[in-house]
This record gives sequence, C-alpha cells and structure tokens, in this order.
Amino acid sequence: MWGGRPLSCGNRLLGVLGSRCRGARAQAARFTGRAEIQFNWTPQTKPWVFSDYRIMWFKSYRMTFACLSRMKIHRFYFIYLFMRDTWRESETKAEGQPGSSQVWDLIPGSGSHPEPKADAQLLSHPGVPKYPWTRLYSTSQTTVDSNEIKTFLALAHRWWDEQGVYAPLHSMNDLRVPFIRDNLLKTVAHHQPGKPLSGMKILDVGCGGGLLTEPLGRLGASVIGIDPVDENIKTAQHHKSFDPVLDKRIEYRVGSLEEIVQETAETFDAVVASEVVEHVIDLETFIQCCCEVLKPGGSLFITTINKTQLSYALGIVFAEQIAGIVPKGTHTWEKFISPEKLESILESNGLSVQTVTGMLYNPLSGYWNWSENTSLNYAAHAVKSKAQEHPVPAEFVFKGETEELRDKDSTDSTNPGVQEELKK
Amino acid sequence: MAARLAASRWRAPPAAAGPGPLLSCRRWSGARADAVYDVVVSGGGLVGAAMACALGYDIHFHDKKILLLEAGPKKVWEKLPETYSNRVSSISPGSATLLSSFGAWDHICNMRYRAFRRMQVWDACSEALIMFDKDNLDDMGYIVENDVIMRALTKQLEAASDRVTVLYRSKAVGYTWPYPFTMADSSPWVHITLGDGSTLQTKLLVGADGHNSGVRQAAGIQNISWNYDQSAVVATLHLSEATENNVAWQRFLPSGPIALLPLSDTLSSLVWSTSHEHAAELVSMDEEKFVDAINSAFWSDANHTDFIDSAGAMLQYAVAFLKPTKVSARQLPPSVARVDAKSRVLFPLGLGHAAEYVRPRLALIGDAAHRVHPLAGQGVNMGFGDVSSLVHHLSAAAFNGKDLGSMSHLTGYETDRQRHNTALLAATDLLKRLYSTSATPLVLLRTWGLQATNAVSPLKVRCSWFSQKSCSLRIDFANDS
Repeated sequence: MWGGRPLSCGNRLLGVLGSRCRGARAQAARFTGRAEIQFNWTPQTKPWVFSDYRIMWFKSYRMTFACLSRMKIHRFYFIYLFMRDTWRESETKAEGQPGSSQVWDLIPGSGSHPEPKADAQLLSHPGVPKYPWTRLYSTSQTTVDSNEIKTFLALAHRWWDEQGVYAPLHSMNDLRVPFIRDNLLKTVAHHQPGKPLSGMKILDVGCGGGLLTEPLGRLGASVIGIDPVDENIKTAQHHKSFDPVLDKRIEYRVGSLEEIVQETAETFDAVVASEVVEHVIDLETFIQCCCEVLKPGGSLFITTINKTQLSYALGIVFAEQIAGIVPKGTHTWEKFISPEKLESILESNGLSVQTVTGMLYNPLSGYWNWSENTSLNYAAHAVKSKAQEHPVPAEFVFKGETEELRDKDSTDSTNPGVQEELKK
Repeated sequence: MAARLAASRWRAPPAAAGPGPLLSCRRWSGARADAVYDVVVSGGGLVGAAMACALGYDIHFHDKKILLLEAGPKKVWEKLPETYSNRVSSISPGSATLLSSFGAWDHICNMRYRAFRRMQVWDACSEALIMFDKDNLDDMGYIVENDVIMRALTKQLEAASDRVTVLYRSKAVGYTWPYPFTMADSSPWVHITLGDGSTLQTKLLVGADGHNSGVRQAAGIQNISWNYDQSAVVATLHLSEATENNVAWQRFLPSGPIALLPLSDTLSSLVWSTSHEHAAELVSMDEEKFVDAINSAFWSDANHTDFIDSAGAMLQYAVAFLKPTKVSARQLPPSVARVDAKSRVLFPLGLGHAAEYVRPRLALIGDAAHRVHPLAGQGVNMGFGDVSSLVHHLSAAAFNGKDLGSMSHLTGYETDRQRHNTALLAATDLLKRLYSTSATPLVLLRTWGLQATNAVSPLKVRCSWFSQKSCSLRIDFANDS
C-alpha cells in the first residue's frame, strides 16, 4: 500500500527458474535477443565438436529446448542427466591427454579440424606464437579473438541499461570499484577528499561500454579505455559525452592492448583488466603487455572466472543457458583460468600478487559479495616490482642461496640438514 | 537482475512528461551550454536547506556541484528578535546530531533553544497518563523556533558557498525526466525550467518542496492523502509565574490534542489541534477568553465519567500490586497568564504519504514524501531522518564513483525510510483516531492501554526510542578520512 516491491522476491525466484516469458515487454525483447544470438552461434560450434564433448553439447541443446517449451520438470531432469554425464566425462578426460582442451578451436568456417602434425610444424616455426589457434593471425601477435568480437557486437547498444543484459556487470561495480580504489589508496600517503584517485593514470583494457571506466573517472583518475569492438567504444564515447567532468577525464580508443604498448610504455599507475582475461587468446602475451605499460610499482587488477567443474555448471550451463543471467555464448569454459595458473603467469612476468579473493553473485538479489571461495569468480591484485633490472627467476635465487649456505657451513653434519630444509 | 521483474516502474517515463518532446528540441540546442549539477534540491525549507547543507559538508562531495532552489526571498536577519516566533519544532536528539554534524547546531545554541527532560501525556476522559523521561533526566528533545533553525542553516550554507549555490526567488515551473537509458542524443539528466525561463540540468533532483510538492506531481508519483477535520492553532503564551520550564505537556481532548511546549522560564508555545470551527473561534476570540479556554482545557475534569474512573483505578491497583516501585502521579501544567499579541495563527492538518519516494534521478524528502499530524511532534524529525539516510547513501555512492541518480542506492534510501515512516505515520493516525472520540468502549480501551504502556517500561522505552532514533544512526560526516 505504501509502495515498495512486495512481490519482488517471489518474482525474482520465478525469473531465475526460467519463466522469462512472463512479465514486462522488456523481458520478451531480451528473450528474442538471446534467441538471435543462439541462432547465430550454433552453426559455428556444431561442426567443431570433438567426440568427447559432443554428448555434452547435445544434451545442453536438449535442455535449452526444454526451457523453451517451459517444462520445468523435464528441465531439472535434464540438468541431473547433464551433471551426471559431465562428471563422468570429466573423470575420463582427466585420465586422457592433458593438452586436448588447449586445442579447442572456435574459428568459424575454416574447413576441417586441424591435423596434429600440421600443428607441430607450425609450432616449430619461429615466427608463430605458441598457441595453435592464433595461426590465422600468425603474421602479428594479438590476443583478440574475432569470435568474441562478434558476440559483443550484437549487444553493443545494451551496455548502459542497468536492468538489462549487463545488469550483473553494473552491480559488480559495487565490488570492483572499492577493490581498485582501496588498493590504489594504499600506495599514496594522502588523497584529496572528493577525488581520491586524482593524479592517477589508469588503463581499462576491454572497457566495453565504459561501465568500470566511468566510476574510476568520477573518483578523479584520468582513465584511458580501450576495446577492440568499435561499437562498444562508440557507445562509451556517447555515454560520457553528456557529463562535462567525465568527458575531460576519460579517453576511449579502439584497439587492442598490443597496439598501444609501444607508445604507452611505463605510463600507467594501474591497469584494470576486468572480465577480460577469459576472452583473450594469448594470456602470456597479454600479461606481458600489461606489465610493460605499467610504471614500476604500478598495480594490475584482474577479475575473471575460475576454471572448475562448478564454474562450468553454474557459470556456463546455469548462468547462460538456463537462467539467462549472462548472454549465451559470452564465455567458453576452456578460456577460464584458475587463480594458481594466473598467479604463476603474473609472477613469471615480474608482477607480485598481493591479493586473490573470491566473488559470488546472488542471482536472486542481483548483488555481488566477497567470498573466501575462489571457485567461481575471483579478483586479483598484483604489483609490478620496482626493481630496475629484469626480475631474476625464482630458481636461480634459490640456488644462489643454497650455494651461499654451503660456503658458510663447512661441516658435513649441518649440510644435509640445511639441504633438507631447503628442499621442503 | 532483481529489478528486471519490477521493471515497469523504473522504465516507464511518467505520463506528466507531456512537454517532453517540445522541450527536447530546446534541450538539444542549448544542452551543452548548461552547467550540469550533481544534485539540485528543490525547496529551501527546513528539510531542503538541511539536505543542501549536509551534502555541502560531506567529505565525498567536495568536488560536486550542489544547487538549492528556494522560491522565497532571502531572509535578512541582523539580530535575534526579542519576541519568540509562534512556529516551533520539537527537535529529537537524532535530529540534533544531524544538525551538529554540519555545524548548524552550534549556531542554534548561540541563539536560543529550550531542552525538555520530561513529557507528560494524559487523557481528558480518564486519569490515565504516561510519562516519558530518560534515565538520568537527560534532554529528551529540544524546542527550537523554526526561524532560528532556518537562520542557522542559512549561515552554514553561506559558509559552504563554494560547493553549494543557493538561488533565491527561483521557482521551478517545469521538469523534464530522462528516458530509461541513453537513446540517441537525448540527455540523460533531469532538466528543470525556472520561472525566468532559464534551464538547469542535474544528475539527481531532490524534492523537498512541502506537502503540495510540485516535483512529486510532475513525476506523477501517487500520493495517498486525506485532510483531517482539524486545524492547529499556535500561539506564544506567557506563564503566570516563572518555573523551571522543562516539561512538555500534552492532553488529549475529545476535540483534539492540546500541547504546551516550553520556550523559556516564562514562555511556552501552544499547539492546539481542534475542529475547524473551534479553531477559527479560538483565533478570533479576545485574549482573556482564550487564556481561560487554554487553562480549562488542561485542568478541567468535565469529561471524566465514573465508570471510566473506577475501571482505570482498578487497573492502577493491579499494576501497583504487581509492580509496586513506580508511582507516577498526575501533575498539572503551569497556568497561563496571557498570550502574545498577534501570535495566534491556525493552519489545516492532514495526512499524506507518497507511494514511491524515489524514481530514476529523483528522490523525495520531508513533507513532500510524508505529512503527519503534529500530535507526536515528529514531522520535521522524520524529514531530518530522510536527510540523514539519503546523505548516507549518496555519500557511499559518491565514494564508489557511482552515478548519483542510479536507482541502486536510491532504493536503499527508500526502503530504509519507508519502513520507518510508514510505521510512525500509521501509529500517529491511529492515535489521532483513537483519541478523537469519547465513546465509552474506546475510552476504556485507550485508558487501559495507556496505563499498561506506562507500567511496562520496555514498551515505553521502545516507543520513545523509536520516535527519537529518527536519524541518530549512520551519521558519518567530515570526521571520516
């Protein structure tokens, strides 16, 4: 009687369970939008299914069919079947070749499945980057995947609808902006009230429509946002043009990170790559480029999705195909990266990892929370070392230490003890 | 995602956006030249000025542009007038905390205010009474003239003039609301057209323009309201003899409550809510008769009936038997000698509540959102509570770099305040209706109810806590680093 939203909790639950056709017209529009994407996406992936994944995809299509026909009971049964099969297949896959997931090829229309021999030849060629799926771009190093571009292009004008397809990203700002802000404020002695990040230069890689770029700009930083999709930059540019303060603080450019590395080496206090590393092809190069554009002591902020069973089940199957929280085709599970792997890549490029924390999305409330558990989404903060010379790899330092210790202790009795300790 | 399914309210531009298309042409041509304000507060009354002040002194708003629109002229005050004003407010400790957070309370202390330590509320139809006081006889609240509060707020606004701009004699005549999300070349801000034809753009419009809010009507927000068949008479009274005047008195007559609020040792303020005819009579009758009417309203036992008296006494014995500690005898308020000339004014009463406090880029505070009967002395305190809550949410949003007009934090404010205000509004309305009759069953019910509440301390403490907590929570202002 006095306003508020008395039925909203119930409605949210129903929405999540997939009765999307009920409700506002916007819902219907979104539904057809997803159907369009699905329609565009299916021909590209179907021919490229490996035998060991074919069953999984087939079952997922059956499930989406079940969704469309609104038979909830069947859906849950298919989910059960699906989960059971995934679990079984993953167990068998674990015993199989470790490298099979890496040669997942999503490049459309290129005829046949690559031969293993051809790959080996390509890999041995000095000019080709080491991951086979970049062979179409073998003349230049790039981390951008053209298929990802297509997916995002279809939704380029939907960025700023806070209740639309990108709603989870809007509400993720409640976590990522304080995360970036607080970690950057630790590096300064005092800050201006009202503009805590003023004086900082930040690069937002894969800025999309500028969802994270604008809050950082409002906090006083000068931000450059880059994105390979031209439409995204247009949307972002258009959105910031109405605010005179943001117009001055933010600059948008179309392109990839590799293209600007030369001209912007060591100029940024912080690089933000939020929800980006699960879309790039060559993560090693990407991180290298991030490191190059950072000032010594600068921060790199990454938020991404872990590569686990749970992230497949919830992040792809549930979020994309059942509940529609994320547009279909946004993510591919193979590109997800575990925090351990990310940490090792970061450390090997001279970035010391400060924090890794899990994030959890509650689809019923629409809010994100920090969590101890990193098995779904997580955020990482790494700092570029301030040392001038190239960072020495860890094992050399280790050996140097053992040699020093051996020199110090000439007695035989202590040496094995020391070596055992070092081995631990 | 949660709001997806409650999308209709958040998406639909209101019906009252009729002049939209015409104005949009003007917008497009002149839009780039207008300054874009971060917050515009429409209405410079107690609550609106407090809102502008609180934002101006908030640490996270240091580089934001705030504008206050006031339709009236700027009041120039050289010094405090000797005569007390007849419009006073009861300021709760929570509201006092808000006012002190941006330095206005110091100005009030330097001018004048009166703290009261006790409140006696009793019935005309029975002996039942309830006495509120704090444990150590701390100040329960403060009686401050509205002019004094306004003066303090104006002083603080002048001191913050680099962040807050105040436009006097500017009345907004038209509002244009933004579309749900950016469409080609349509400005995402709220456009306000002033009486002189100039336009402003703002990221958030705060409506604080009173119970006939133009902002609320322009937004098409539904307002549930009705007029009470009562008007309030206010006056400044001189007491017969100087006393330690720190008790607030309120008696529920069948025609409406009469309250005596302390202003100084010899002066008190009267707020008498009664029927329209009686109110008109009171305002026009000569002074002696008026003073007699007041004294008899407080002292006379004409409405007592034996039945009610004995029923009340029975419960009183039972309470004394179970809980022999506390005995509150009914005290009588000080007698009134004369009334200040020309201080008798009347104004009509009503109830109002806006169905929604917020829309995209719009928030309502104060009387624009809710209007209440003065019997509980909560009207302006609820408004200050709104200010406190909204500033808290906006401050957190600004520190997170959020768009100030975004519904995500505005709905947090709405939920916060609707929960509190709805309860208080309903309780006040219920009390008003309950005490408007002299029908025996209801009198019996309220007599016993009042006696029971007086006896059960936790319940009493809860009532007084609820009315005082209006905005004592979550004040984090310039002290934060």
